[in-house]
Amino acid sequence: MSVSRRDFLRLAGAAGVANLAAAQAARASAAGPANPEWMGMLTDLTLCVGCRKCEWACRQANGLAGEEPIDAYDDPSVFANKRRTSGLSLTVVNRYGSDAAGEKPVHVKTQCMHCIEPACASACLVGAYRKSPQGPVIYDDSACIGCRYCLIACPFEMPAYTYDDPLTPVVRKCMMCVERIRDGASRPACAEMCPVEAITFGKRNALLTLARKKIAEHPDKYVDHIYGETEAGGTCWLYIAGKPFEELGFRTDVGTTPYPELTRGFLSSVPLIQTIWPALLMGAYAFTQRRETLARDSGASVAPPTENGSEKPESGRAVAVNRVAPSDDNPSLPSRSRPGRVQGRGSDQASQTRSESTPPEAES
Amino acid sequence: MIDQVARTAVLESPPPVADEPAPSRQAVPPRGRSRSASLAWLRREILLGQTPRDYLKSLVTPFNIVAALILCVGIPVTIVRFTQGLAATTNLTDATPWGLWIGFDVLCGVALAAGGFVMASAVHLFGLHDYKPLVRPAILTGFLGYFFVVIGLLFDLGRPWRLPYPLFISPGVTSVMFEVAWCVALYLTVQLLEFCPAAFEWLGWRSCRQWAVWMTVGLTVFGVLLSTLHQSALGGLFLMAPGKIHPLWYSPYIPVLFFASAVAAGISMVVFESMLSHRVFQEARHSRARMDRLTLGLGKAAAVVLMVYFGLKWLALAHGQQWRLLLTPYGYWWLLEVLGFILLPCLLNAYAVRNRRAGLVRFACVITVLGIVLNRLNISIITYHWNAAERYIPDWKEFAITIMIVTLGLLSFRSIVNRMPVLNDHPDFEPAH
Repeated sequence: MSVSRRDFLRLAGAAGVANLAAAQAARASAAGPANPEWMGMLTDLTLCVGCRKCEWACRQANGLAGEEPIDAYDDPSVFANKRRTSGLSLTVVNRYGSDAAGEKPVHVKTQCMHCIEPACASACLVGAYRKSPQGPVIYDDSACIGCRYCLIACPFEMPAYTYDDPLTPVVRKCMMCVERIRDGASRPACAEMCPVEAITFGKRNALLTLARKKIAEHPDKYVDHIYGETEAGGTCWLYIAGKPFEELGFRTDVGTTPYPELTRGFLSSVPLIQTIWPALLMGAYAFTQRRETLARDSGASVAPPTENGSEKPESGRAVAVNRVAPSDDNPSLPSRSRPGRVQGRGSDQASQTRSESTPPEAES
Repeated sequence: MIDQVARTAVLESPPPVADEPAPSRQAVPPRGRSRSASLAWLRREILLGQTPRDYLKSLVTPFNIVAALILCVGIPVTIVRFTQGLAATTNLTDATPWGLWIGFDVLCGVALAAGGFVMASAVHLFGLHDYKPLVRPAILTGFLGYFFVVIGLLFDLGRPWRLPYPLFISPGVTSVMFEVAWCVALYLTVQLLEFCPAAFEWLGWRSCRQWAVWMTVGLTVFGVLLSTLHQSALGGLFLMAPGKIHPLWYSPYIPVLFFASAVAAGISMVVFESMLSHRVFQEARHSRARMDRLTLGLGKAAAVVLMVYFGLKWLALAHGQQWRLLLTPYGYWWLLEVLGFILLPCLLNAYAVRNRRAGLVRFACVITVLGIVLNRLNISIITYHWNAAERYIPDWKEFAITIMIVTLGLLSFRSIVNRMPVLNDHPDFEPAH
């Protein structure tokens, strides 16, 4: 078999189209750089008292409220274990440090950080996530296939999956109440609810300025870091705190590279492989063909007539198989039978030729 | 089902050998068969030349009884999975969203099915024609491997009926998984086409078979390309999880590591699978001596690939500057994987090839396969969330499904090999290519 020029061109054409598509994809990004119009939230952890009213408000706003009355959220026993966001709780408050130690505990509200370049959006193979023009990262379940790669990809481990739903499972995460903030009329539910105004809603740039001002005015009260300014390439949700963030359950190893960058290099190698691999492989094939042709031409009298240079068969029987029918254009050759098929069975019956009494191993 | 098995177990007897000579292939034209000719064809090719009764009797074997028991557990669990959801069948949580079905069924399944593209390229592109007898079994293993990977995936996906969404309806082009989806879908098609010559020979469709054989080189090139892309992309998925996977296993080189290890796994699986086939199906065509020679050749290739993979593992470690982690419990675990399951089989293979001991090559290949499985599980399950208190242990129902899928794969392989010219050439056809 050889490949004609036309075949090659056809192959090259198909590869070219695929390549351009892949190269385009590698260039495409889930989101651009930070937009000055994006909204954000600033949580001041020195103000939070751990009342968990934000959790209540969040459930109300997202239609996840159960039978629990708002007073049930005062129960401090939930702080015994560290909780993470779940399909029912898009935001959770955890307590760090205890009263017993004499120092004031710190309460940390967690929820989706609304990355500037979201890992989830770049990881999603159906494009269920997108950065909305207002800044929140929003998820739409209408195309979600439930692979849960977004849960793997999220550096803050915020998306949650409704595993208990057999037919319509979805990912749930904070969407910064995008419906409420879209027209600028109201704030996200948690910010509106917070009795101590620990959560400030506003343009991300303005919030950064505010946070820097607070830190500068009270260097004794705050650690000099705005969590979310650069973490994982920056997030729309920002935190300032009175204690180092690593003591408050924050991941401080996420780096400052936007997560989509982690796979961008790999993805941009795809068109390269698509271009180079077929050429190399076809080259290897051509080389092999040529070598075999030369070997056939020069050593025809020396080499035994083995088909395609295949190895010499060992048994006489196999020789018969191989030698019969040098080509396919004479299908009626009667001798083209193999000992294995004398019983009129499939090729599986090779065993029968060894000993006629052996039962077929067929379905054993 | 049990009843039937029990009843027929008593009646088990060797099926009588059909004594009338087989009608020649040309006697049954593929088109316009009469009813009786169709029945004869069915009996010859589907029931393996036995009466339905004898065929059913021949099904009662220890292996089949075990398989039936596995299905008796697996099928109800399947029903529970698709009616009650993932929570009812798995121990998956928001912290560990991928469990046994992704870690084993998908990641290991794809790596262990790499033999198809390795053998096809060796024979069709690089001209190692000696290995031709191993191509069809490898392609069949590959095709079935990928097919059952997709089946496993259907269990794991939250909404499996949306499987075509990433391909046609809502493509998310920035995702590595998008690449995996396309490559696996295309490669599954390529492997089906690559296997077509065997199926068409079985059906006696000459012109279709000619057409399928004509595509061999193109398909092989495309298959190698797709395999390179998605084997590495499966590793590339985890590029998004730094800090979750233990630093000894996380590396920017992870796509290359996945690809290299998949080649090693593919070669080793071909050795392993030919060893089993040789025993189970008792091929007459390929003598023990010939199989040993091919095995030694594969052992040599495996030794080289494993050495490259071993080197890459250390390169990744050096790149990550994680030397100090070697002296932690996870470090010992890493060393066990790298020394015990990469270096050891590499050296065993080299030693075995030098001393022409095919048995030792087979042993080394089994270790290699186990090592690749260990690697995939290490990345997806064992060291995932290594610093979290909560650990994921698969539910028994997850094991039940995984075991069922593997069993279905073996059953499919066996019934195809028993009917189609996979391990042996078809007598009516010139060996393809």
